[in-house]
Amino acid sequence: MTSQALDEIKIGGLGSSRKRVEDDRFIRGRGNYTDDIVLPGMLHMEILRSPLPHARIKSIDASKAWEIPGVHLVLTGEMMATRNLAWMPTLSYDTQAVLATDKVRFQGQEVACVIADDPYIAKDACEAIEVDYEPLPVIVNPWQATADGAPVIRDDKVNQADNVVYNWEVGDRAGTDRAFEQADVISKLELHYPRSHPSPIECCGSIADFNRATSKLTVYMTTQAPHIIRAAVAMVAELPEQMIRIISPDIGGGFGNKVPVYPGYVCSILASILLERPVKWIEDKTGNLISTGFARDIYLKGEMALRRDGKILGVRMHTDADHGAFFSDAQPSKFKIGLMHSAFAAYDIPAAHLTARGLYTNKAPGGVAYRCSFRVTEAMFFQERMVQAAADDLGMDQAAFRRMNFVRDDDFPHRTPFGFLTDSGQYAKCLDVGLKAIDYENFREEQAAARQRGRLLGLGISTMTEPLGAGNSREYDILGIKMFDSAELKVHMTGKAILRTGAKTQGQGHETTWAQIVAHELGIPADDVVVEEGDTDTAPFGMGTYASRSTPVAGAAVAMVSRKIRAKARKLAAHLLEVSEEDVEWELGRFYVRSSPGRGVTIQECAMAAYSNMPDGMEPGLENTAYYDPPNLTWPFAVYIVTVEVDPETGVWDVLKMVAVDDCGVRINPMIVEGQIMGGLTEAYAMSSMQFITFDADGNCVGSNYMDYLLPTAWETPGYELHSEVVTPCPHHPIGAKGIGECAAVGGPAAFVNAVIDALTGTGVRNIDMPVLPDRVWEAITYRRDVSGAPPVRQDE
Amino acid sequence: MFPPRFAYEAPHSLDEAISLLHGGGDYVKVLAGGQSLVPLMKLRFASPDMLVDINNVPGLDYHRTDADGSLHIGALCRHADLEHSELLAGTQPTMASAAPKIADPLVRNRGTLVGSLCHADPQGDWASVMTALGGTVIAQGPRGKRAIPLAEFVTGPFQNVLEPDEIAIEAVVPPAKGTRAGGYLKLERRVGDFATVGVAVAIETSGDTVARAGIALTGVGGSTINATEAAAALAGKPLTAETIAAAAELAAAAAQPKTDHRGSAEYKRHMVSVFVKRILSAGNGTAAGTSTERAA
Amino acid sequence: MTIVYDDLGDEAASEVPVRKIRFTINGKKKVAEIEPRLLLADLIRRGLGLTGTHRGCDTTNCGACTVLVDGKAIKSCTMLAVQVDGREVETVEGLAGQSELHPIQEGFKQEHGLQCGFCTPGMMMATKALLDRNPDPTEEDVRWALSGNLCRCTGYQNIVKSVLWAAEKLRAEA
Repeated sequence: MTSQALDEIKIGGLGSSRKRVEDDRFIRGRGNYTDDIVLPGMLHMEILRSPLPHARIKSIDASKAWEIPGVHLVLTGEMMATRNLAWMPTLSYDTQAVLATDKVRFQGQEVACVIADDPYIAKDACEAIEVDYEPLPVIVNPWQATADGAPVIRDDKVNQADNVVYNWEVGDRAGTDRAFEQADVISKLELHYPRSHPSPIECCGSIADFNRATSKLTVYMTTQAPHIIRAAVAMVAELPEQMIRIISPDIGGGFGNKVPVYPGYVCSILASILLERPVKWIEDKTGNLISTGFARDIYLKGEMALRRDGKILGVRMHTDADHGAFFSDAQPSKFKIGLMHSAFAAYDIPAAHLTARGLYTNKAPGGVAYRCSFRVTEAMFFQERMVQAAADDLGMDQAAFRRMNFVRDDDFPHRTPFGFLTDSGQYAKCLDVGLKAIDYENFREEQAAARQRGRLLGLGISTMTEPLGAGNSREYDILGIKMFDSAELKVHMTGKAILRTGAKTQGQGHETTWAQIVAHELGIPADDVVVEEGDTDTAPFGMGTYASRSTPVAGAAVAMVSRKIRAKARKLAAHLLEVSEEDVEWELGRFYVRSSPGRGVTIQECAMAAYSNMPDGMEPGLENTAYYDPPNLTWPFAVYIVTVEVDPETGVWDVLKMVAVDDCGVRINPMIVEGQIMGGLTEAYAMSSMQFITFDADGNCVGSNYMDYLLPTAWETPGYELHSEVVTPCPHHPIGAKGIGECAAVGGPAAFVNAVIDALTGTGVRNIDMPVLPDRVWEAITYRRDVSGAPPVRQDE
Repeated sequence: MFPPRFAYEAPHSLDEAISLLHGGGDYVKVLAGGQSLVPLMKLRFASPDMLVDINNVPGLDYHRTDADGSLHIGALCRHADLEHSELLAGTQPTMASAAPKIADPLVRNRGTLVGSLCHADPQGDWASVMTALGGTVIAQGPRGKRAIPLAEFVTGPFQNVLEPDEIAIEAVVPPAKGTRAGGYLKLERRVGDFATVGVAVAIETSGDTVARAGIALTGVGGSTINATEAAAALAGKPLTAETIAAAAELAAAAAQPKTDHRGSAEYKRHMVSVFVKRILSAGNGTAAGTSTERAA
Repeated sequence: MTIVYDDLGDEAASEVPVRKIRFTINGKKKVAEIEPRLLLADLIRRGLGLTGTHRGCDTTNCGACTVLVDGKAIKSCTMLAVQVDGREVETVEGLAGQSELHPIQEGFKQEHGLQCGFCTPGMMMATKALLDRNPDPTEEDVRWALSGNLCRCTGYQNIVKSVLWAAEKLRAEA
């Protein structure tokens, strides 16, 4: 680097914690969320939902609703059916009811909707619709689903004779069986990862605007994946794809909740087409929690074959996933249970086998959501809970057991027991950093001393590595569409630029971070690069933002398009400097003549030349697009360690300290990365301590509003100590980054649960299902037994 | 999400308010803080024909101690006024302990103690506190004023004994016979949660003896439970580990909890006992409760 | 001002009783004619077009709708708009006042106190109420004061830092 290279941090390149561009409008209250948008002539839609979880619809009488002044349209399933819109395809090759016709299949299912001048009137009219239901028996868990004589929930499907969605398996059954035969100790664990919900504060919504004069349908929508929506709408509404424009404006949190296609979107689109006016639908929190894409709700039977010295010989897992009434997950189509088979990727285990089954139940559809990276949250939770139990069963120290089974630094590339290829990591070093930060040795002494005085302290370790950046076109697709992503960069003549990608930020700060990649590659100050996402008319095709895929895929595309631009700029530089291209060198922001470094041109001068002084035969302009098909997934790694104190009398537990050691490769913006980690840790804390959706014996949803679905406030949420010392760049990513958005939500929950279980050492308790509520802890301590949280909720007779 | 239609009046005097209630028809509700009523109306669990908003009636936002030592809380005294009250901090340990635990800081800026008593939610915290203190509600109507003891004020979930044309204008805590001690412990998983179990203990000691005791329970029955036997086990005796244990056991026996997603009936009963012991063992409500407890 | 409705031929449509109220919003005096059931949050968002105040839940929990009424931080989804008759309302749009940004807004930007931004206006208004009352809060004071405002993105740690940053700046300017 010569003396004229720009200071990368000063221009907001990689590693700069530049302040966020997005903030300027949000702190002024000038965000542009879907519900903020007002179109002339706009009408408002409200949805009537089923109060019953499983019932035949005998009749729907909407006559009184039609009579209410201000009502323009009432839609029912019957009306949708005449237009072939009562059912729609899901992202998992199943079908989902838009508005119920024959039956309702979960409490909260959409039954009708009203479009009126004002949402208050629309709600009044919903109340006036009379539905006659005939209740049917209810299914709220997998064993009810598979019991003899269980009602078939999906009797709408030809060839569906039971409530099984799929059976799937992966791994080496024979090798695993052999491992178990050779085991000195077999450790077993069964648990339930409860139903949770991403619950961003902003609910889902759409404004559909069909313009009869232009035949164009514009839909403003809370979606993390506008291009997928455009394709889905083209299929479902049978409109030509070029006449559909999906605009995803500012989104108040996604976390996977805003990926699926929801009935409300479809109804608002049809209503707009019928009424030829914009129709706005904004759901309420109850609608969001009771009907939109939930997360988890999956049961594990896990076994580990162990050698006496602590070596893990093999792992067997069986999972039963409760999918609700429709199989509607957004996930790579090849893998029925998502990336569950990423479990144990960081451990050197010779053989593993996973069987997975999916069940229909009378609950909202979903399963893949909530910072889960396509079920990696479940995989890593199961993994770390099994590891905890195994270490205890062997009488080994938790840290030592993990360390001895980790993949070693020089074992990469490493083929995991389920067939993934991991490429980089320093697992033991992360563990060392974490143990030092939590003062592990001293803690164990303190813990022992406290136990003598009747105080229960506990320490929980959790590790995770995850396959981020879905994904390579050989193996990954959603509904057959490959999961590449894109970036389009247009450099203007004054050297400023506009960048658009196929991702869609919902708080991750893309407007800030993508510009940093451009600054890194081109030396254009990040402040000079404006970033836009979310409008399918202008953004290059991409598969959206979820599963932490943006930095690995779209971010890579940003780097690649910047390099394409730089390659052309190099030609322009050679032309301006009157040398051949081979004589031109690059330093940040500038091309110079190798033999005479003082002679150079800035990138801005090259930009101007692209419009005013091109060499003969060169196409003018300095704009390009890149589509990136990732060669492999990236594999960040983390260690999370928590210490807690449990009050044995009440079962209440408090966090004493939490330490997070995240190795996510190169960090584009350290401040933003830390924000993502803290957000994920808080969701981990929420799931482990208080937040869940469950069902009573009648199928009523418990947790369909914020009085029962508990998000922690600033008061309960612990503080976090974050560590960034360990950086293992991704060997194949253009800037060595790995992705971070979900890591803490993936790895965090087990740390909290393991800590409480550790505090209960000596009681024989091996498992308490999340959320680890005070009453469950008390029951475990008092009766010295495991506590399950599976639905139905225990109730008085 | 949106309430149904209703008529609305905002009187500027108590007499005007009462006369509006008197002539208002079948289903008229008083609106004070609105932090319980408005949410119910938004969910359409309550659809009054008319709301009489008393927020513009002057002179109702006080809380003060009279010369005789009784504490008077006006109908528009907000939870936040009580949370930040220096008066309460020094003289009313049970109330001071409860005030910060009502809902959350924003709701506390609007909600009122008197309104909370009238709403008669079985999960209501103030009802237990006022019952343990032997408080009364002062109601005013066209036929004059009357004092209704808390123990008789609530007849069931969301049901109180007020006539349709009566307004509760004040809650009164009687003067203490001795030195006040006690507290309110609430098992909630986070700020703003309903009480899984709430226990209010209010005692007055005279020398070594407990001159008066009150224990009332939140969330473990169809409405507030007045654990009179438990309180009686303390009265007239010194406060010892034995009397505390006896009171705790009786309070737990008085509870009628249900097993639900917040815990088993057994656990809730156990927690009643734990909370009684912790409040009485610590003195003035400084017992460690749950993670939402704010250290004094 | 002219308002035109669709004539759906029903007399009843014109008989919805409205009430006239006068109030101040961010220092400006306004008159409104509204139904009693209109929630304050909707008067602010739809009647006044000030969409910085957000609606997040339906059970008065999330606090995304927090505004100040007569200086007190309240949840505008749980107050009837008619109740601000004669009162002063402050929303996020009024925070900056004469200057470019209020120190609270600066603090949230400096300390990365927001990600998706949806809870942020409510957080900042609750913060304003806190700092008006207590210019030198501890971390515990801040967490307590904001315990009625939910955030899903940040984990609160940077929000606390943002508030403390703002408090320090306000004390320095005072």
